[in-house]
Amino acid sequence: MSAAKNININLKIWRQKNAKTKGKIETYKLDNVSTASSFLEMLDQLNEQLVNERKEPVAFDHDCREGICGMCSLFINGRAHGPDTGITTCQLHMRMFKDGDTIFVEPWRSKAFPVIKDLVVDRSSFDRIQQAGGFVSVNTSGRTMDANAIPIPKPDADKSFEAAACIGCGACVATCKNGSAMLFVGAKVSQYALLPQGKVEATQRVLNMVRQMDEEGFGNCTNTGACEVECPKGISLENIARMNREYLKASLK
Amino acid sequence: MKLDSKIPEGHISKKWTDYKDHLKLVAPNNRPKIDIIVVGTGLAGASAAASLGEMGYNVKAFCFQDSPRRAHSIAAQGGINAAKNYQNDGDSTFRLFYDTIKGGDYRAREANVHRLAEVSGNIIDQCVAQGVPFARDYGGLLDNRSFGGTQVQRTFYAAGQTGQQLLLGAYSALSRQIGLGRVQQFNRHEMLDLVKVDGKARGIIARNLVTGEIERHSAHAVIIASGGYGNVYFLSTNAMGSNVTAGWKIHKQGALFANPCYVQIHPTCIPVHGTNQSKLTLMSESLRNSGRIWVPKKKEDAEAIRAGKLKPTQIAEEDRDYYLERRYPAFGNLVPRDVASRAAKERCDAGYGIEANDTNEGVYLDFSTEIQNKGKQAAYAAGNHNPSAEEITKLGKAWLEEKYGNLFTMYQKITDENPYETPMKIYPAVHYTMGGVWVDYNLQSTIPGCFVAGEANFSDHGANRLGASALMQGLADGYFVLPYTVSDYLADDIRTGKISTDLPEFVEAENRVKSTIDKFLNNNGTKSVDYFHKKLGLIMWNKVGMGRNEKGLTEAISEIAALKEEFYKDVYVPGSADELNPELEKAIRVADFIELGQLMAMDALQRKESCGGHFREEYQDAEGETLRDDENFKFVGAWEYKGDDISKEELHKEELKYEFIKIAARNYK
Amino acid sequence: MAKSALLKSSIAKKYWMAFTGLFLCLFLAGHLAGNLQLLVPNNALNFNKYALFMTTNPAVKILSYVTYLSIIFHAIDGIMLTIQNKKARPIGYAKTDGSSSSFASRNMAVLGTLILVFIVTHMVNFWAKMHFDQNMPLQTITVEVMGQKQELYMMTNDGYMATAQVAKTKEEATKTGAQVYIKNRTEFYNTQADVKVGEGYKDLYKITVAFFKHPKYGLIATILYVVAMGVLAFHLLHGFQSAFQSMGLNSSSWTPKIKLFGKLFAIIVPILFAIIPLYIHFILK
Repeated sequence: MSAAKNININLKIWRQKNAKTKGKIETYKLDNVSTASSFLEMLDQLNEQLVNERKEPVAFDHDCREGICGMCSLFINGRAHGPDTGITTCQLHMRMFKDGDTIFVEPWRSKAFPVIKDLVVDRSSFDRIQQAGGFVSVNTSGRTMDANAIPIPKPDADKSFEAAACIGCGACVATCKNGSAMLFVGAKVSQYALLPQGKVEATQRVLNMVRQMDEEGFGNCTNTGACEVECPKGISLENIARMNREYLKASLK
Repeated sequence: MKLDSKIPEGHISKKWTDYKDHLKLVAPNNRPKIDIIVVGTGLAGASAAASLGEMGYNVKAFCFQDSPRRAHSIAAQGGINAAKNYQNDGDSTFRLFYDTIKGGDYRAREANVHRLAEVSGNIIDQCVAQGVPFARDYGGLLDNRSFGGTQVQRTFYAAGQTGQQLLLGAYSALSRQIGLGRVQQFNRHEMLDLVKVDGKARGIIARNLVTGEIERHSAHAVIIASGGYGNVYFLSTNAMGSNVTAGWKIHKQGALFANPCYVQIHPTCIPVHGTNQSKLTLMSESLRNSGRIWVPKKKEDAEAIRAGKLKPTQIAEEDRDYYLERRYPAFGNLVPRDVASRAAKERCDAGYGIEANDTNEGVYLDFSTEIQNKGKQAAYAAGNHNPSAEEITKLGKAWLEEKYGNLFTMYQKITDENPYETPMKIYPAVHYTMGGVWVDYNLQSTIPGCFVAGEANFSDHGANRLGASALMQGLADGYFVLPYTVSDYLADDIRTGKISTDLPEFVEAENRVKSTIDKFLNNNGTKSVDYFHKKLGLIMWNKVGMGRNEKGLTEAISEIAALKEEFYKDVYVPGSADELNPELEKAIRVADFIELGQLMAMDALQRKESCGGHFREEYQDAEGETLRDDENFKFVGAWEYKGDDISKEELHKEELKYEFIKIAARNYK
Repeated sequence: MAKSALLKSSIAKKYWMAFTGLFLCLFLAGHLAGNLQLLVPNNALNFNKYALFMTTNPAVKILSYVTYLSIIFHAIDGIMLTIQNKKARPIGYAKTDGSSSSFASRNMAVLGTLILVFIVTHMVNFWAKMHFDQNMPLQTITVEVMGQKQELYMMTNDGYMATAQVAKTKEEATKTGAQVYIKNRTEFYNTQADVKVGEGYKDLYKITVAFFKHPKYGLIATILYVVAMGVLAFHLLHGFQSAFQSMGLNSSSWTPKIKLFGKLFAIIVPILFAIIPLYIHFILK
C-alpha cells in the first residue's frame, strides 16, 4: 500500500477546434496532482485550471468512469488507455506517473474515427457495423421459447460471454498500426457464432459486418496482436481467427 | 389535481392479462404513420425503441452519449431477477412480487410490481433468444445466484457484467431496427425541452451536442427513459453524464415528480479518496456473499488505523465488530442495501470509521474467513483431508479469484491495495433513485402522450430497490409494457397526421432553450459549473443523505435556494453555443439538479417517517431501525411544478392500497 | 456476393496472404533440402544432377510456376494491404510505444520488401545463369590418364567426353574439326551427322562456389546472404503462425504448438540456409 502523494506534471495535449480545422499539440503544466486521482480526474483538474484562467477546457469523452461504458478513449504516451493493461483510461491512476513526467495525450487516430474536437472522436462507424448484422433477428414478443429450452455447453457460453465483454471503446483500432477493427468485429461475430441462437444467421452476419467494416475505411489485420494486449477487456485474438473461419465458411457457401 | 393511477380491477394475478386484452390496438398498416420519440437508450429506452420499431412505428431515439450502447445500465454488475424457479427453491411470481413490495418497504404499487414479476420470466426468455450470454452451469442450463435481501436463488447473471450484457442485447435489437430504417438514432443529442400541443406531448427540442444546433423533433408520443438523478449528489455511482434534465423538463411542463426523497445508497462502494474525486465506484453486492463487514471494537484501534499506525490484519478477531452479523443474525451481511448502508454510517458516525479521508467514512469487507472456509473445502474436495494452513490459504485465494477475480483486480487498480491480503475498504454511496416522474399503470405521466420508463419513473421499487431488480424493471417497461400501453394511447392518433415542427409551440420551446443557453454563455461569472455541483453535492450528502432530520432538511432547502441564486449569478461557462461544449452541457444539467435537490429536501421533510432509503433520524426505534408510519404516509408523494420558486411546488398524494399483501414491519433479524 | 467477397474483402486478402505465404514456406523447405547438398563434400555431381532435375521435371516446373506466382501475389497483396492500412490512419501519433506488439509483426512490409529484393538478386545470381546464361559452364571432371591430366565432360548418361574433343559451337567445330560441338548450352552434337549424342550437366555447383569464393565480392556476397536470411527469419517468425491465424486456424490446444513450430521453422530454416555461403566462403577448400 502506497500512500497518495502529489506530483507535478507536464501535459502535451492534442487541441483541435473542430473536425474541419487543423489541430496541434499544446503544452500545459499541472501541479499538485494526487497520485490517487484517476487520469480523467487529472484532466478535470486541468480543465478547472483552464476555466479559471478563462481558457477553453480540453474536450474529452468519458461517462461511466468505471471501465465499462467504453466512452473514454485517449492515446497516452503512445499507448491506448495509457501505460497499464486491462483497464480503460478512466481506471488509469496517476500513481502510474512520476513527478516531473511529460505525458502525451492524443485522440484515437483512425480514418474511421474522425476527430470531432480535441480528444473527442466519432466512433459511430462501430454502431454501423453492429447495425449491419450484430444481432439475432428475434422480435420482442416475450413468446420465444423457454430460456432453458436449448442447453448451451458451458465452455461455449463462457467464450461467448468473453467475446461479448467488448465495450466498443476502439482501443483496438487506435493501437493497431493498421487501424484495423477486426478485434471488435471478431468479438461480435464470435459472440453469436458460439451460440445456437446466433448460428441461424451466421452466414449473412459475418459477410455483412465485414463488408460494413471495409466500407468504413478500417485497415486490415496483420496479426500483430497489439489489440489483444491493449484491449481493456482482454478480448482474445482467437475471436479474429473465429471470424476469419466464419467468413471463409460463409464465402464458400 | 386528482391522481388516477388507472390500476385495473380484478385479482392481482389477472389484472395485467385482462387489461392487456382490452387495450386498443393500432393496425400494422397505420403504424408507419405514427412517430414516437424515445429519449435515452438504456435498458428501458433501447428496449422500448427496438420493440416499437419492430411493431412498425417510426421511432426516433436520442442519447447524449456517442452511442446508444454507452447508457449507464451497462454498469450494473450483479444480475437480473426473474421468477423462473429453475433452482426449485420455492420461487414464484407471487414471491418475487412479495419480496419486491417488502424490499420497497411497502411504498410501491401492488399492481405495477405484480406485473413486473409476471413478465420477469419473459425477459430472460427474450434475452436468451437475442444471444445474451448468461452464466450457465455444466449441464448447459442457466445458473442463478442469490442476492441481497432474498432467500431464493432467482438472480440471472453474466459474471459481474450483467447490465452490460443485457444492455448490449437491447442495443443489438435497437441496432437491427436502425439498420432496417425503422428507428432513426440521434447520438450526441440532448433533449432540452418537451413540446406540448393542445396539452399533449408532441415533440421535443434537442441540442446536437457536436454542432450545437437546436433541433425540433415532433412525434405523436414521447417516451422518457433517461435514468435516475443520483448525480444530484455530485459523487455517486452514476455515470458522469447521467442527468435528470429530460425528466425535470417534463416536470416543468406539468408532469408530477414522485417520491424524490427515495434514494438508494449502495453499501459496497470504494470510499472517497480526495477532493478531486469525480465519481464513486461500486463493488458488486455479490461480494457480500463472501465478505464479512466489520470495524474495530475499540475506538483507539480505529484511530490508529486511520493514522496508519495499525493494519487491519493486526486487529485480533475478538477486537473486531462484525456489526451486521451482530445486529441482524438472520440475514447477517446479506441484509438489504438500505439497512447495510445505514449500519455503516452508524458505526462511522460513532467514530469507528477506518478510512483516512476527511470524514473517516469507511468500513472493512473482509474475505479472510471465506478464504479459510473455501480453502478447506477445496482441499477436501481434492482428497487432501489434512491440509496445511498455507495450502488452505492458497486454495481459498484461488477460489476467490475464480469467483471475483475481475472485481478484486478492479479494486486493486483503483486503491493500490491487495484485497486478497488485506480487507477491502468500503462505504455506502449514492447509487439509484427510486423516485422519479409519476406515472400511472400505463407508465404515462400526467402529460398525455408523455410516457416515462425505467429508473426515470417512480413506479416499482417503493422506498428501496432490491438488488437485481433495476435491470428487470427497465426491460419489463421497454419490452413488455410500453408497446401495449403506448399503442393504446396512439390508437386515437391514426388520423392526426404528421405533427408540424413549425407550430408556435415548437417555436416557443426552442426560444426557451436558446435563451437559457444564451444566459449561461453570457453570464460571465467567476466560478466553474463543477464548483456549484460539488457544493450542491455536499449539502445533499450531509443533509439529504443517509440520515435526515428536520433541522438539516430545513437548512438544506434554504441553502439550495441560495445556491441556485448564486449559480445563476456567478457561474462561468466558457466557449460558444455552436460547438461541442461540455461545460455548457454540464451547466444546463446542474441547473436542473439544483432545483430537484431542493425538491428532494422538501419531500424528505414532509415525509415524517422512515422507510427504505429514506431515514428520518426522528423516526427510529430503540435499536435504530426504521419506523414507518403507515397510518399517515402510505402514499406516493407527487409534486406539481408551480413556477421558478421550487418551494412553491404542491404535493399531491396517491394513496397506496395493499389488497393482496399484508403490510407488516420489515424485519431482517 | 459470396464469390466477390472472396476476392475483394479485407479478410479475403488475408486468406491469400496466408495461403501463398504458407506455400512459400513449403518451397523454402524444399529449396533448403536441395541446397544442403552443397555441404556434402565431393558432391558436385549429385548437386548438379539435382539442379538438372529441378529445371527439367514437368511436375517441378509446374510447382515452380506456382511458386513464382505465389511470390508475385504475396508481394502485390502485401502492397495492397499496406496501402489500405496506411490510408486507415491518415494522421499518425506524435508519440508511439511499440511495447504491445513484436518488432517483426510491425515490420512485415519492410521485411517482405527486403526479401523481395533479395529474391531478385538471388535469381539474377543463380537462376538466370542456370536458365539463360550462354556461358554457363558444364560440369567436367579431371582424371589422370597415364600420368597426364585430362578433363572430361560428365554426361547425363553417366558417360564421359573429353573436353578437348568438344567445340563450343558448330562454327568452331567445323574450323577445328572437332567431332562434337555443344548446342543449346548442354547438348552434345556430332558435327558430321548433326545428331545429338549426349548431354552435359550445367555446373551450378561451380557457379555457386565461384560466387561465394569470388576474390573481390565473395565476402560481401556471403555477408549479404547471411543478412538476408536474418531478414527472412524475422519475416517467418511472425508470418508462419500469422498465416494460421488468418485462415482461422486458432484453437487453445493447437495454437501453442503451431506457434512453437513456427518459431523453430523461422530460426532453423534461415540458419541452415545461411550456413551454406558461410561454409563455402570460409571452409570449403
